[in-house]
Amino acid sequence: MALTRRSLHLHLIRPIFSARLLTTASTSPISIETSLPFTAHNIDPPSRSVQTSPHELLSFFRDMVLMRRMEIASDSLYKAKLIRGFCHLYDGQEAVAIGMEAAITRKDCIITAYRDHCLYLGRGGTLVEAFAELMGRNGGCSKGKGGSMHFYKKDAGFYGGHGIVGAQIPLGCGLAFAQKYSKDDSVSFMMYGDGAANQGQLFEALNMAALWDLPAILVCENNHYGMGTAEWRAAKSPAYFKRGDYVPGLKVDGMDALAVKQACKFAKEHALKNGPIILEMDTYRYHGHSMSDPGSTYRTRDEISGIRQERDPVERVRKLILAHDLATEKEMKDTEKEVRKEVDEAIAKAKEMPSPDPSELFTNVYVKGLGVEAFGADRKELRAVLP
Amino acid sequence: MHRAAPRQRQEHNGEQAVPHRYTDGRVSTQRGGCSNSGSITEEGMHKSSPLNPTLKRSSPNGSTLSRFLFWELYREADMLGVLRREVACQGAHAWGLEQGLRVIASRALSSSAKAMTVRDALNSALDEEMSADPKVFVMGEEVGEYQGAYKITKGLLDKYGPERVLDAPITEAGFAGIGVGAAYYGLRPVIEFMTFNFSMQAIDHIINSAAKSNYMSSGQISVPIVFRGPDGAAAGVGAQHSQCYAAWFGACPGLKVLTPYSSEDARGLLKAAIRDPDPVVFLENELLYGESFPVSAEVLDSSFCLPIGKAKIEREGKDVTITAFSKMVGYALQAGDILAKEGISAEVINLRSIRPLDRAAINASVRKTNRLVTVEEGFPQHGVGAEICASVLEDSFEYLDAAVERISGADVPMPYAANLERMAVPQVEDIVRAAKRTCYRSTALAATA
Repeated sequence: MALTRRSLHLHLIRPIFSARLLTTASTSPISIETSLPFTAHNIDPPSRSVQTSPHELLSFFRDMVLMRRMEIASDSLYKAKLIRGFCHLYDGQEAVAIGMEAAITRKDCIITAYRDHCLYLGRGGTLVEAFAELMGRNGGCSKGKGGSMHFYKKDAGFYGGHGIVGAQIPLGCGLAFAQKYSKDDSVSFMMYGDGAANQGQLFEALNMAALWDLPAILVCENNHYGMGTAEWRAAKSPAYFKRGDYVPGLKVDGMDALAVKQACKFAKEHALKNGPIILEMDTYRYHGHSMSDPGSTYRTRDEISGIRQERDPVERVRKLILAHDLATEKEMKDTEKEVRKEVDEAIAKAKEMPSPDPSELFTNVYVKGLGVEAFGADRKELRAVLP
Repeated sequence: MHRAAPRQRQEHNGEQAVPHRYTDGRVSTQRGGCSNSGSITEEGMHKSSPLNPTLKRSSPNGSTLSRFLFWELYREADMLGVLRREVACQGAHAWGLEQGLRVIASRALSSSAKAMTVRDALNSALDEEMSADPKVFVMGEEVGEYQGAYKITKGLLDKYGPERVLDAPITEAGFAGIGVGAAYYGLRPVIEFMTFNFSMQAIDHIINSAAKSNYMSSGQISVPIVFRGPDGAAAGVGAQHSQCYAAWFGACPGLKVLTPYSSEDARGLLKAAIRDPDPVVFLENELLYGESFPVSAEVLDSSFCLPIGKAKIEREGKDVTITAFSKMVGYALQAGDILAKEGISAEVINLRSIRPLDRAAINASVRKTNRLVTVEEGFPQHGVGAEICASVLEDSFEYLDAAVERISGADVPMPYAANLERMAVPQVEDIVRAAKRTCYRSTALAATA
């Protein structure tokens, strides 16, 4: 089942308690202050006071719990060797995906690198398609041919899923270019990490975005480690929001979903009128860089558990919900149990799906194959005509 | 290893050279060589009516030739619909049909006997495709206000404005990536590299962002982009500005790689590339830009398009197949003329498309001639010729009467000094020599026979 939308129409098969929780949740506005002020570069920062609603906060909670559970389940699947190759997990960073979705529409585009599972979910992707893709089954969002790093959902403005660090930034500026060219009145968010922030092509693309006033929003998800290298060892200036020089920037507490929402809303308004802007989300990943990295050789366990205790995005929203009396502890625990069940069911369903048919080896090489021949490893044994 | 007995031994004893008819109607004259700017239709128009059976040609097939021409022109005229229109207006029933056709064909002749430079061919193709589809835009260095580093995009900025003709900063990785992103969204970018040597700065976007996306996304993200620009050696530009990238790009699944030679190729293939929904690498040649080729009315029509993946037999022959692409096609044709004088009939194939490679046409030709010489400007190792030779060995082994031969650029970075540069690229005599070797005609072998 996909994430909750901002409408009140929910699936009738939702269990009663949770349905009641969200259907009866009101959309009347609440104003909440962000935990930290925004730090701005070459621009006046937005207000710390964020407009939200009970419904939105409850959906934030549910959706982040869902993302968290999906990533933890993926960890187990990887250790069980059902997921192969690379698997980069997003747990700890959920607030960035959730806050961003709350501020934008599906006409806006998002493009990211390889830590893309939760962003895919945020754009409306389903759990089953995500797990099936991770396990290389034909029901996956890329029919099993992409894998963890290549999730796409073009109809919802999600352009992947890219394995080459930094490449997604010029691509994202290209999306913004096309939006402006087509006069679509929408913006593109291109996500990258503190590691990618030093890439030359970022500055090449940013220069052109600024020259041509493209509606491009560069979002640096600064989790402070580029693989095993801490930001202070990789960047002479780790103030990534200032690295755009002539391009304005904003530093945001990336563990606060409401701050993320406010910043993205602000950035969208800015980009549509004035061109590119950089958002630096101060966030953290609990897992290592990928499943091959324990994540503890270059940082202490105390640091990880400290962040979990003090800055965890899910806990922050839970506390807000309790503080504003929007739900009880038990109701939230029930939501978590329900989410867990949903994830387990999705995994079971994905496990039943078959691998892609061998003929799929040769499909989608081209859109228009022109009837040319393609070859397998032994060309006298395996040839196909591309449709 | 037992060598298969030659299928047909071609006995050429220095007999009179047979003039060759090219499939577009050009004929090589006794003067030798086929000049690219001349064409039989032009000469015919100036000297005598091409329909006159007493056409003065030093060909034993004079009358056959004129009859051939007649039907060529008739076909051309009809393609324009001229025939039907004229007949309708003037009432063909009042004339003898043949007479009517002669008049119409000669009108078609006068309007179709045109020469066009490759530069103009590319420019007109870009212009027409931009006019036909508002999603097409051009981006690159100096494509706008400078009118194009090689003037290929001349006039486009004035016509289509700065939103569709974009001058990019000297940042290939950046603007190639922006182009690919725009293609993801659904636009149809034409990205110009000032030369393909600079494409190496952007090659990650060409291969990883463009070529592979449709496959990785299982059809969700298609990339209808064209990367174009001059490829290969120019004159005296040195090692970093002279490499041919056909083999590198041709290796990559998901890309289409085109190499036009003539103006007809340039127009037809560029239009096909822009209309194609897949990423296309379009390798032009700087030294061909100024060369003029005859173009028929069909080629000039804005709907003209050539199929991707199909080679063209530029010259039919029966003794040896010579494959070439881009500038080397001209060299191969010259070599063919020289060989003809020595009684060797060479079939010259203009590949037009490196990927998909027209293996069927190449193999069919080799099965006819039993000998193969591949010609390319680029480096020999893992080159286009290597792939062609492998394909022919795999699919037509029993048909070969001689070892396959490869002519390529030298296995060195391109030197600057003119004499060394000349040694670093194929020359016509290299192609002739290799062809003779396949016919067991080289002087070195003769001594041991």
